[in-house]
Amino acid sequence: MDVALKKALIEDCAKVIAEHADELTSLDRAIGDGDHGLNMKRGFESLLPDAGSLASRPLPDMLKAIGTQLVMKVGGASGPLYGTLFLSLAKEISGSPNSENARTAFASAIEAVKARGKSEVGQKTMLDVLAPVLAAWDHRAGIASHLSETARQAAEATIPMKAIRGRASFLGDRSIGHMDPGARSSSLLIATIAKHFGA
Amino acid sequence: MANVGIVIVSHSEKVAEGAADMVRQMVGDAVPLAYTGGNSEGGLGTDVARIMDAIDRAWSEAGVAVLVDLGGAETNTEMAIEMIDETKQQRIVICNAPIVEGAVIAATEASGGSPLDIVKQTAEELSPQ
Repeated sequence: MDVALKKALIEDCAKVIAEHADELTSLDRAIGDGDHGLNMKRGFESLLPDAGSLASRPLPDMLKAIGTQLVMKVGGASGPLYGTLFLSLAKEISGSPNSENARTAFASAIEAVKARGKSEVGQKTMLDVLAPVLAAWDHRAGIASHLSETARQAAEATIPMKAIRGRASFLGDRSIGHMDPGARSSSLLIATIAKHFGA
Repeated sequence: MANVGIVIVSHSEKVAEGAADMVRQMVGDAVPLAYTGGNSEGGLGTDVARIMDAIDRAWSEAGVAVLVDLGGAETNTEMAIEMIDETKQQRIVICNAPIVEGAVIAATEASGGSPLDIVKQTAEELSPQ
């Protein structure tokens, strides 16, 4: 994959998280501990000084380094969860993935996130965005054009859900009526990445 | 053989330190003990690198029992264990127990020379079944 594209992906992901950090924190304050925006911003911004050298590595190496960095820097449960997503992608993806390879890697990564969080779809988590995106990803029809919209709608769809995992689950029924912050950050990242692939 | 080590992982350094104080009061220096709390910037949270370091400081050939508070502490501890040397991983367990009571009772059990599985089991008897 092109170095300039990889660098742009890293920088744009960090940028979208930074731009929405306050929103993510405010979502997390409603049903969690209120640190999701700051934690994600710290993690993704820590990638920026090394964006050039990260982008110059083969894609699997780059994703592995990003995953490790997120694990070490984010500081909440979202660190291991997003870290696991990237580390797992790194294991399956090729240096120049076609849509089919990328989709397969993404499917494995979702399973890894489920295992890490001991969670399933429908529990008001990031999985409620990742899984619908995977389902909507039809590599025969061309990548990404509708994935950012799918992700946005899936994040919205967490609003009426009741949290079963994570700190929001302590609120029980009171978690209903709020968008899950992890679902929102996942939808932001997916929309940002999809934009670079022909959306 | 050395006694099992105890590691306390809280979102709050004060909670972790306080729990460790209570452990020390009970068992003195009879068990290796380390605690960590807070994220890399000193705020509330947990940090994989700090957890790895705490496990290292409390390391015992008999293994280490880790007590955690809320979800992120557990998830980050699981991640930390996976990043530690593979030969040690099987001798590190997370106890499903309340952090303060679990740490004190696990350490008390460990101070008598009990193996890791018994230390874990004793701490977990505190949790509702």
